[in-house]
Amino acid sequence: MSADVTTAVRRTMPGAAVAAVEPSGAKPQRISPGRIGVYCFLIVSALFFLVPLYIMIVTSLKGMPEIRLGHLFNLPAEPTIQPWIDAWLNACTGRDCNGLSPGFWNSVKITVPSVIVSIVCASVNGYALTYWPYKGANLLFGILVFGAFVPYQVVIYPLIIGLSSVGLFASLPGIIIVHTIFGMPILTLLFRNFYAALPAELFKAARVDGAGFWGVFFKIMLPMSVPITVVAVILQVTGIWNDFLFGVVFAGRPNWPMTVQLNNIVNTTTGVREYNVNMAATILTAAVPLAIYFISGRWFIRGIAAGAVKG
Amino acid sequence: MTSVLVRDLTLRYGSIEVLRALNLEVTEGEFIVLLGPSGCGKSTLLNCIAGLLDISDGQILINGKNVTWEEPKDRGIGMVFQSYALYPQMSVEGNLSFGLKNARLPREEIAKRVARAAEILQIGPLLKRKPSALSGGQRQRVAIGRALVRDVEVFLFDEPLSNLDAKLRSELRVEIKRLHQRLANTMIYVTHDQIEAMTLADRIAVMYGGEIQQFDTPQVIYNKPVNRFVAGFIGSPGMNFLDGTVEAAGEPTFHLGDFSVPLSRYGFDGSAGPSGAAVLGVRPEHIAHGAAAAGQPFSREVNVEIVEPMGSDTLVWSKLGGQNLSFRVEAEKPLSVGDRILIGFDPGRASVFDSSSGRRL
Repeated sequence: MSADVTTAVRRTMPGAAVAAVEPSGAKPQRISPGRIGVYCFLIVSALFFLVPLYIMIVTSLKGMPEIRLGHLFNLPAEPTIQPWIDAWLNACTGRDCNGLSPGFWNSVKITVPSVIVSIVCASVNGYALTYWPYKGANLLFGILVFGAFVPYQVVIYPLIIGLSSVGLFASLPGIIIVHTIFGMPILTLLFRNFYAALPAELFKAARVDGAGFWGVFFKIMLPMSVPITVVAVILQVTGIWNDFLFGVVFAGRPNWPMTVQLNNIVNTTTGVREYNVNMAATILTAAVPLAIYFISGRWFIRGIAAGAVKG
Repeated sequence: MTSVLVRDLTLRYGSIEVLRALNLEVTEGEFIVLLGPSGCGKSTLLNCIAGLLDISDGQILINGKNVTWEEPKDRGIGMVFQSYALYPQMSVEGNLSFGLKNARLPREEIAKRVARAAEILQIGPLLKRKPSALSGGQRQRVAIGRALVRDVEVFLFDEPLSNLDAKLRSELRVEIKRLHQRLANTMIYVTHDQIEAMTLADRIAVMYGGEIQQFDTPQVIYNKPVNRFVAGFIGSPGMNFLDGTVEAAGEPTFHLGDFSVPLSRYGFDGSAGPSGAAVLGVRPEHIAHGAAAAGQPFSREVNVEIVEPMGSDTLVWSKLGGQNLSFRVEAEKPLSVGDRILIGFDPGRASVFDSSSGRRL
């Protein structure tokens, strides 16, 4: 019987190599040209991003005489961490020569309150929009989402006028308010969609159990919001930390964040251009968002997936 | 004594009327089932009674108190949901006591009530577990327990068994019936499963298009459906509908093609039934065959066209006057396609509906 089948197959598929072994179990995997192409592309893209990083790291560990030789790809012959120390403590931004450290602490002072305030507001917004629809709620939500598409530059001048009229321009509270406002559209959208994907019966059950607006929020919704909160924290920390425009405009000179100070260090026009210090300063500035991604990478993906999977 | 009274309840979303001037009166201790197809408004009605939806018009009274504008927690109701809706981050105990803590009950009272609910539902060993560590049946028990601890007069069930597999469903169905017998609370139960409705209910409200079509005991609904919709919705396999004309003059008869069915034994609604186009409804299980058919007021020999064995019995399809007709025979009866078989039924157990309005005549 099986011999008949084999001959039948051979007859219908001339030229096809009929395996001597009867197919059974897992199908053997072959490497296809498509797969090779995919790997080539992945390797090239990885190199594209890793080569500049490599150059930055090795340059930041070299002394200036070694850099002047021009061997860009060479490993440092006499490794030194002095450029890193200089970048952190002694590099000059304009007249002050305190390095990046004041900028780092300024960035922390801006980022931490901005992230907390914006996420607290957005989670309450998203919760209220999902479960307590009031008249005009959809219109408000539409306007809020539209806000995500407004170019920042358009509103900078009105914001300056507005903030200075209440005495908050060029101050720490001022920049925190600005970051909170600009984080609101995307964060509200994030939280609203997360809450909308939770089973509505959970909310109804809590209502029957006598929980009010804040009771449902704090006791039921907030404990379930961990994944989406992690996503929001990542978005906000990286966004606010990397921000340059708002920082330079709204923070005021004493509160300038790290990005602004980095720019000032790199663009200082007097004296020798210290490539090693510049490279070290850049890596230091980028370290925080990078660390966030590495630490929370798994949470990040889980958070995004949690929005897609039903309760 | 009236437990739940719904008076002229209307619910509108914009211009769409989901519920239309609906009235429902539930006696204390009664088990009421709201039955209907998807989108008939049965869950909506339950949510209105619970206070989870704001109504457009009408009144809702629970235990004689007008609760139309009350919050859900102040209505004296407990509710069980289809998706269980257990709070995932709380243990079973936390789920049971959440409502009581919100009501600021003393700790000893909470412990007492949780222990009683756990005892009734046999979930004592599960109290420390999280809902994610429970099976579907256990979760639904906890959800029932959450309604139980509230010590309320009225229980609302929103399709509580629909998420369970068939075996668990029949087990929990019996358990809910047992619970009702033990607690003797008023229960309002929404389902689209007619078996659940027939087995559990003291009275069934069959709903369609935002209106209650018929509100009566399961027996009356099964035997004397008020219209064609109820007749077709209740019963599985469904009722046979045969188009024809009814003649009320003299001896009332139903004309169906070349046949005529005597309706002298049929109890017409009101006085003599009107004449005109009508539909004769006969349940497959009310059609006798073989020797038993010969004694029936109406009998004919028909062709067997399709045989559907169902285990406990067999459903046979044939044609009567050119129209499809199904009937039940015992599973042991040897039948094959093309056989001729004598069938007969008692028109006194059948239903006659008006062709245009669908009302029972």
